[in-house]
Amino acid sequence: MHRIWWKILAAVLVIYTSIAGLLLEVPRLAILNETIRNLYFHVPMWFAMVVLFTISVWYSVRSLSTQSEADDIRAVESANAGIIFGILGIVTGAVWAKFTWGQFWSFDPKQNFAAISLLLYFAYFVLRNAIDEEQKRAKIAAIYNIFAFPMMVVLLFVLPRLQDSLHPGNGGNPGFNSYDLDSRMRMVFYPACLGWILVGYWVYTLRFRTKILENKQL
Amino acid sequence: MKKLLTILILLFSSLNLLAQNNDIEMADRLREDGKIYIVVICIVIILFGLLIYLFLLDKRLKLLEKKSDPKN
Repeated sequence: MHRIWWKILAAVLVIYTSIAGLLLEVPRLAILNETIRNLYFHVPMWFAMVVLFTISVWYSVRSLSTQSEADDIRAVESANAGIIFGILGIVTGAVWAKFTWGQFWSFDPKQNFAAISLLLYFAYFVLRNAIDEEQKRAKIAAIYNIFAFPMMVVLLFVLPRLQDSLHPGNGGNPGFNSYDLDSRMRMVFYPACLGWILVGYWVYTLRFRTKILENKQL
Repeated sequence: MKKLLTILILLFSSLNLLAQNNDIEMADRLREDGKIYIVVICIVIILFGLLIYLFLLDKRLKLLEKKSDPKN
């Protein structure tokens, strides 16, 4: 965890995407115009969030069997780091929507369900803070997290596809993958995803180490 | 002739209206240059959010360092 090479890799990838993402050629599309470059910044936020929530649910499952406090802390801190990326994703999505769909919040299924899945995780933190007894808190929060994770996946990736949505990839609206995301964009998009996921993981490890130190102080 | 004149006048008045519409000041700046400024706004939001987050984390660590200082 304390090895540095992947942190340098994260920094290099994020810097690369900021430069290449603004300078390289992109497809010329109506309405979207240059905002298609937001694909390199808005979408990786969600990818980082999903990866962090996956780490969180993994440690929640583990903490149920090992009963170890470290696993419980890992679960909550990765969820904590993930929610930051979710908030950044929803805010950048709203700004993007304002200039392509016409409104910050048009109650599009994708937007609504994304907001609900964030609320699910806010409820996870509220639930945790409501329980004082540590063993009980770890257990109940872990079980809640195991239920919240598939709900989040369904809300983000299944339900919006069953309805009409302006968001690409949903409701008969073809995703960027089909024809917009050509190989030039992939050259930036994949490094962007990896870079932001690594940054998210880095934030999580920092939070985890801080929390462990804080607990030692008590 | 009268009809034609009316039509012409109406035609020009409508053209006038269009020209006026273009003069009205709107927040077009954000949509200029192929909406590139929207990308800039989004990058700024992400950097802003993550940097604030880092500063908060830094504050937490500083508090810890202060507490674990052997002098206290």
